[in-house]
Amino acid sequence: MSDFVPLPNMPPPNLSKGIVGWAKTNLFSSPINSIISVVGLYFVITFLTPIIDWVFISAVWTGEGNAACVEATGACWIFIGDRLPIFFYGIYPPEQIWRLDICFVLLALSFGPQFFEGIPYKKYLAIFSLTGLPLIGYFLISGGSFGLESVPTEKWGGLSLTLLLAYVGIVAALPIGVVLALGRRSKMPVIRTFCVCFIEMWRGVPLISVLFMASVMLPLFLPDGMNFDKLLRALIGITMFQSAYMAEVIRGGLQAIPGGQYEAASAMGLGYWKQMRLVILPQALKLVIPGIVNTFIALFKDTTLVLIIGLLDVLALVQSAIEDPSWKAVETEGYFFAALCFWLFCFSMSRYSQKLERKLHTGHKR
Amino acid sequence: MADTTTDQQPTSKTAIWNDPKFRSIAFQVIAGIAIVWFFWVIFNNTLTNMEKRGITTGFAFLDSTSGYSILMSLIDYDSTQTYGRTFLVGLTNTILISVLGIFFATIVGFIMGIARLSNNWLISKVATVYVETLRNVPLLLQILFWYNAVLASLPQPRASYAMGDYIFLNKRGLYVPAPVPEAGFNLVVVAFVVAIVGVIVMTRWARKRQEDTGQQFPTFMAGLGLLVGLPGVIFLIMGMPMSLDYPSLQGFNFRGGVPVIPELMALLWALTFYTATFIAEIVRAGILGVSHGQSEAAHALGLRNGPTLRLVVIPQAMRIIIPPLTSQYLNLAKNSSLATAIGYPDLVAVFMGTTLNQTGQAVEIVGMTMAVYLVMSLVISGFMNWFNKRMALVER
Repeated sequence: MSDFVPLPNMPPPNLSKGIVGWAKTNLFSSPINSIISVVGLYFVITFLTPIIDWVFISAVWTGEGNAACVEATGACWIFIGDRLPIFFYGIYPPEQIWRLDICFVLLALSFGPQFFEGIPYKKYLAIFSLTGLPLIGYFLISGGSFGLESVPTEKWGGLSLTLLLAYVGIVAALPIGVVLALGRRSKMPVIRTFCVCFIEMWRGVPLISVLFMASVMLPLFLPDGMNFDKLLRALIGITMFQSAYMAEVIRGGLQAIPGGQYEAASAMGLGYWKQMRLVILPQALKLVIPGIVNTFIALFKDTTLVLIIGLLDVLALVQSAIEDPSWKAVETEGYFFAALCFWLFCFSMSRYSQKLERKLHTGHKR
Repeated sequence: MADTTTDQQPTSKTAIWNDPKFRSIAFQVIAGIAIVWFFWVIFNNTLTNMEKRGITTGFAFLDSTSGYSILMSLIDYDSTQTYGRTFLVGLTNTILISVLGIFFATIVGFIMGIARLSNNWLISKVATVYVETLRNVPLLLQILFWYNAVLASLPQPRASYAMGDYIFLNKRGLYVPAPVPEAGFNLVVVAFVVAIVGVIVMTRWARKRQEDTGQQFPTFMAGLGLLVGLPGVIFLIMGMPMSLDYPSLQGFNFRGGVPVIPELMALLWALTFYTATFIAEIVRAGILGVSHGQSEAAHALGLRNGPTLRLVVIPQAMRIIIPPLTSQYLNLAKNSSLATAIGYPDLVAVFMGTTLNQTGQAVEIVGMTMAVYLVMSLVISGFMNWFNKRMALVER
């Protein structure tokens, strides 16, 4: 008598494996779904073909000047290539651009490692990027000391100005936001009322009116003989606006800390500031890192508004480049490039914040 | 001998500056003084600065003649009217764009949010690509793109895209027929109001009847019939008291009809599709937030797919959706101020732009504009809070 030998497993039916099976479950699972899929596919193809053709196939990649693009039906990418330095650095003096480059490299070195795991000293890099880097950046970019040539703020521009506005906005708004959030949860009525009014006022008005206020009203507020330049005024407006949003994000983190933590810290005999500094804020800030990244994304997109008060950020330079009569009909190329710049930054940051959210969703939740 | 200390509070051994109550009061007094002092300094500086520049304070400028014309106005306006009138023109234009934007963004957002959850791979991927692309590109850039790259490349009025003889699209804008009410149309409006009241009464009655007897009444179909039927019948009885004013090409431009200026189109388009990406994410999170057990339980009770969605899933999802939806509506209203970049005459462009440049009354004008947005924010969030409370009452 031989042992029982089971038959080998049958392969799955042809219709439920491979590409056919995938299409059957995901595209043609029911008659209505099949119709939607076919119609949708038709629209996607008719919509995508001209775009792909315009961006890649009929586009002009090499050549000189507007003449090379006159005949083309596709995008004129040599326009972007021609203007790339201006889009990046604005009208910063070309022989001084290495100073901006150093800042970019330092920024990448201190922020890049935050995106990866297993890199040592990440904490110190983060602290450096919030304290040392702004100082170094200030002295490097504006010059005027250490033998560096002074560059007035009117010459700052391009993508570097966009990054600078967003970066200063977030770094300056963080501490103010922490103070406001603590103030809003304070038990002292005067402090609480002031913080609530401050936060709600900035959150209730559009950024554009804040920028108008900073550029038109701020000079009136200052005592005689004291004057800020346009960039600094815009930065003050952005910081005030952003700190209100930051305060609300941080308040969310403070509320998520269980009351037992406050009580335990009090029981240890810690005073208010020590409680906050040693027990509450480290936990709360860690919880709200994704929220902070999200406000940073919003701020990064909002920096484009400075073009309305006359600062030359990347969008303003694109706008003036496409109006330049030596290039014709390059609006779409210009906007496409600017959109790509913003999209790359914002999309990667939003992915980063989603990843963080998943990673941090471990304890602390009630 | 023992009663010497019972009546009195035990004398505190700590110094007065270590007493938490005293410290709190002292701290608040200092902070209060600092705040008042700060505003006092600013106030004084502003007064001196304005005096030096020869700017008179006060709102008297609102009554002087503006002397400039505005591209589009919902209320009667021309350049002989006052600066105060320009404020109203800007305000109505801002409200118009906000209401239209909220309406369309809600529709697009809900469709895209549900499409992203579709079990059809293609549909959900299309919705995902839409959301992830437009969400990460600045709104101002999108507005400029639609205005400068798309709408500016439309043909001249003589070569308009036309839909029959009724609708025309060209560089100057979109022209649609304008309804012109004639004598007797008021009765149709009255009938419509009566129909609305009737629907409300009917809904109450139907709910009461269902609670008493368990019998259901086709409220939705009956209500729809009432809303469409009653005004329709009156409209026919009165002999159709309404004519359409068609746009027609005269000279170099169109006359008649309702012109929709390209600034409005570009702004509305960009605001709708930008805000809709955020609404789509909110809707998706709301639907995913209703636990799967809820729909399983509804199925187990014998409800079919339609009633399950309508009676179980959507009411619970709405509770998650409404608070963030409110803040998106607020954002849309505030973002409508970007109109100033393309010259749509909203409050910021007209009042804080042209009027401010002409009069130089920075403090009053910026103050008034900010106050409008603050009030608008408070009104929208107040309404949504009320609505949210009503929805939350569904919960036990």
